[in-house]
Parts: sequence; C-alpha cells; structure tokens
Amino acid sequence: MLRHAARRLASRAAAAGSGSMSRRALATAQAPAEAGEDPAFLEAWKKVTTIIEPPQTPMSAMKPRPPTPASIPSKLTVNFVLPYKSEITDKEVDMVMVPATTGLMGILPGHVSTIAELKPGVMSVHEGNDVTKYFVSSGFAFIHANSIADVVAVEAVPLDQIDQSLVQKGLAEFTAKLGSASTDLEKAEAQIGVDVHSALSAALTG
Amino acid sequence: MAMAMAALRREGRRVLLNTPSPAATMAALSRAASQSQIAPLGARSISTQIVRNRMKSVKNIQKITKAMKMVAASKLRAVQTRTENSRGLWQPFTALLGDAPSVNVKKNVIVAITSDKGLCGGINSTSVKVSKALQKMTSGPEKESKYVILGEKGKVQLIRDSRKHIEMTVSELQKNPINYTQVAVLADDILKNVEYDAIRVVFNKFQSVISFRPTLATILSPEVMEKESESGGKVGQLDSYEIEGGETKSEILQNLTEFQFSCVMYNAVLENACSELGARMSAMDSSSRNAGEMLDRLTLTYNRTRQASITTELTEIISGASALEG
Repeated sequence: MLRHAARRLASRAAAAGSGSMSRRALATAQAPAEAGEDPAFLEAWKKVTTIIEPPQTPMSAMKPRPPTPASIPSKLTVNFVLPYKSEITDKEVDMVMVPATTGLMGILPGHVSTIAELKPGVMSVHEGNDVTKYFVSSGFAFIHANSIADVVAVEAVPLDQIDQSLVQKGLAEFTAKLGSASTDLEKAEAQIGVDVHSALSAALTG
Repeated sequence: MAMAMAALRREGRRVLLNTPSPAATMAALSRAASQSQIAPLGARSISTQIVRNRMKSVKNIQKITKAMKMVAASKLRAVQTRTENSRGLWQPFTALLGDAPSVNVKKNVIVAITSDKGLCGGINSTSVKVSKALQKMTSGPEKESKYVILGEKGKVQLIRDSRKHIEMTVSELQKNPINYTQVAVLADDILKNVEYDAIRVVFNKFQSVISFRPTLATILSPEVMEKESESGGKVGQLDSYEIEGGETKSEILQNLTEFQFSCVMYNAVLENACSELGARMSAMDSSSRNAGEMLDRLTLTYNRTRQASITTELTEIISGASALEG
C-alpha cells in the first residue's frame, strides 16, 4: 500500500514536472516570435480583420543580432551570402577586404558602421594565416557597429576556379563589341563585360 | 402438371399487374423506364453495372492523385534545398534596414505571390486573403493601394472583386526552375512599371511539408527610407551608417532598395513554390486516401449486392424445386 502511494506520488510529480517543462518550452518558443512583431502593425491588422491571423514578418524569422559590445571584440563576424548559397555564416575572422566602388576596403573589428556598394573584384577573407579569395561580381557590404559584416553578392567564385585563357578570350570579345556597339544599351552592356573581364584578369595576375 | 401450374401463376401475376387504369399504367411504364437504366426489363437480379463503373472511375482518380503526389514529392526535394539556401539572402537587409510593416505611406503596392496551378490546398486563398486584408488596411482617403499579382490562381481570385486595384499580373513564372536572374528581371519590371512608396510582398513561407505561414515583407522606397531614417523612424539606425561609393546618398539608397527588392522577391518566390509543392503533396496524399476509403465502401456494397442476388437466385431455385416435388 505504502509502496503504491510512493509510486503514485512519484508519477504525479513526474507528470507535474513534465507539464511545467512543456509549458516553459512553449513559452520560450513563443517569446522570440513576439519580439520581432511590430505592435502598431498588429493593432492596425486587428482593426481590419480578426478572423485572419496576422502574417509573419521577416524580423520574426531571423536570429536577432547581438547588441554593440562596450569594448571592441578581437574578431570580426562575417556573413557572406549569395542567392543560391550562404557561403559564410557567422564566421569569426581577423579581416575582410572588399572591392568597394571607391576602392579596396579592409574591414577590421570595430570598423565604423558603413554601407558600401561593391564593384567586380577580389574579396578576401583573412583568418590567421589563411586567406580565402573570392571573385565577386557586384553587390553590397554592410558593416554594423557590433563588428558584424554582411556581404551580399550576386555571384562569387573562389579565385582558383577561374580559367585564365577564358578570361582573356572574353576580354577580347567584349572589347571588340564595345568598338562596334551602336546603341547606348549595347555600349553599356559591352562596357560591363569589359569591366568584369579586366577585373578578373587583374585579379588573376595580381 | 406442376410446371404448367407455375407458368400459369407467373402469367396470372403479370396479368394482374397490368391494371386497366391509365394512371397506373403510366406509373408502371415510368418505373420500367427508370429500371431499364439499371437493369433490363424483366431481369431478376439487381444490376451492379453502375457500381462497377463508379469503382473503376474512383480507382483511376486514385491513380492520378497518387501520381501527382509522387511528382510533387520529387520536385519538392530540389526546390526545398534551393529555398533553404536562399534564406540567408534577405537577412542582411533586414538587419540593416529593419522591418516596418506598419509604415504609413501614400502609395502602397501589394505583391501577392500565388501559384499558377491549382490542387494545392489553401496556399493561394491564404495569400489572397492576407493581401485583401492588407489592401483594406493600407487604403484610405489619402492613400491608395494597388496589387501586383504573380501567378494565375491569385489573379483569378482577385480579379472578381478588386479588378480596379490590379496594376499588373505576371504568370508562368515556374515554367523553368526559378533562378535569380529571372527574378531580378521581373523585379526590375515591377519597379519600372509601378509607382510606390512601400512595397509589401505577401507569400507563403515554407515550414514543413504539412505547414506554411503567410508572410509579409516590406520594402520602402529610397525617399521614404531617407525620411524615416531622418525622423528616427522604423528603419533602424540608417543615419549612423557611413555611405561609401556612388555620387549621392540617394543614389546608393536607390540601388540598395532595388537590390533588396530583388533579393526578397527571389526568396519569396522560392518559398512560395516550395509551400505549393508541399501543400500539393499533402492534398494529394489525403485525396488518394479518401479515394481508397471510397473504393473500400463501394467494394463492400458491390459484394453485398452480388451476394444478395445470388441468395435470391438460390432461394428461387430451391423453392421451385420444392414446388416441383410437392
């Protein structure tokens, strides 16, 4: 009898424990979603309809970014994304060099927050003695105050995958096109081709 | 002797049934006519022809839905990887510019992303419902809200009651596998043809094969963005950022928002395609299951009727035999 009582007690305690656990788990699951929502939007939405649930917003679907630390961290956190791939995600490195339209830009931890447009060129990620080089076509780099750098590019390839002879051939082709271009559109297209190919050949030789 | 008696009895019954009243004759005729569709006149057993036909058609439908499920499942796998890989693309923009779904501007554009094909559960009506609510929310006396619709199904649903608000429709986006270039061209096309202060992209975000969530991404025009950042509004601390390159700040901001729109669109189109395939897969799964259940029921009815007619025939034979003996 006593043994039964003990067992019942134990099972109840376990049930209560698991109950509270599941409740707590639910609470934590909901918290970040609510943090990302815009209260003014939710209010406006409720005025229009109460039947349809308000849609999710991108803010609630992404991991919140850390606040700016008081002292400058020793490493830079880099995100490097392409349409078809996240090349680098939350990687801590020493330095990143990006080809901004104003010139090559080195980003170290504690860099002032900047928005930079990128031109075709070499982006390099320095991690200790390892240097990874990519050729990026174009895009944007955002440097945040919390020593996080985001690089968004349309296309990027590791530099060692580029064929030198094809680059020379492409360069010659586009230079010829630029010479024979008649309309503004053709001219602009040829100019882009020449720019990209000359940047490529400069990246390979230099 | 006994045989002659039986024949006479049957004849007598038939004679008795043929009453001279015209109304009754008509009733008998119409009954005969309605029966003749099921069984030829005078046949004693119940015909199972209709049930058999029905079973055949249900079986065919089941085959089709099963095949559609398989096709959706195999397509889903490829699209899902691409979708998951594209999820990083919009995050830098949101981290930089924040997200302002409640922004109050004059010219609103709602980009509703739907599918071209049906038979995929409720994803299109979800997109449409959210877009309609959003249109109601963002239109008022001093502001207007227009639709840009991607996909045939959303167009069909919205054209009924919001024809005057539709600015542009695009379909057959998914003929080829979705790639960034194609979406960027489309985004450029939208930006060129539509005047906007804020673009709201409504799509279904893929969560799992059985679930998706309607999602709203907001993109502000460069002017609004500049205004909001100056007044310390909803676009993060854009003012604290130094801007490199370009001739003016507004030029860079324009490039930035256009690039943001194409990136958001790329992810949104992929997410929606992925949700569509997932929804189709589960819809087709449940309809093949339903068809299976229906087939079971029909088979049961069919067998029962067959059994009943066999029993009747047996009874007739036995009673005939016993009548002969007696």
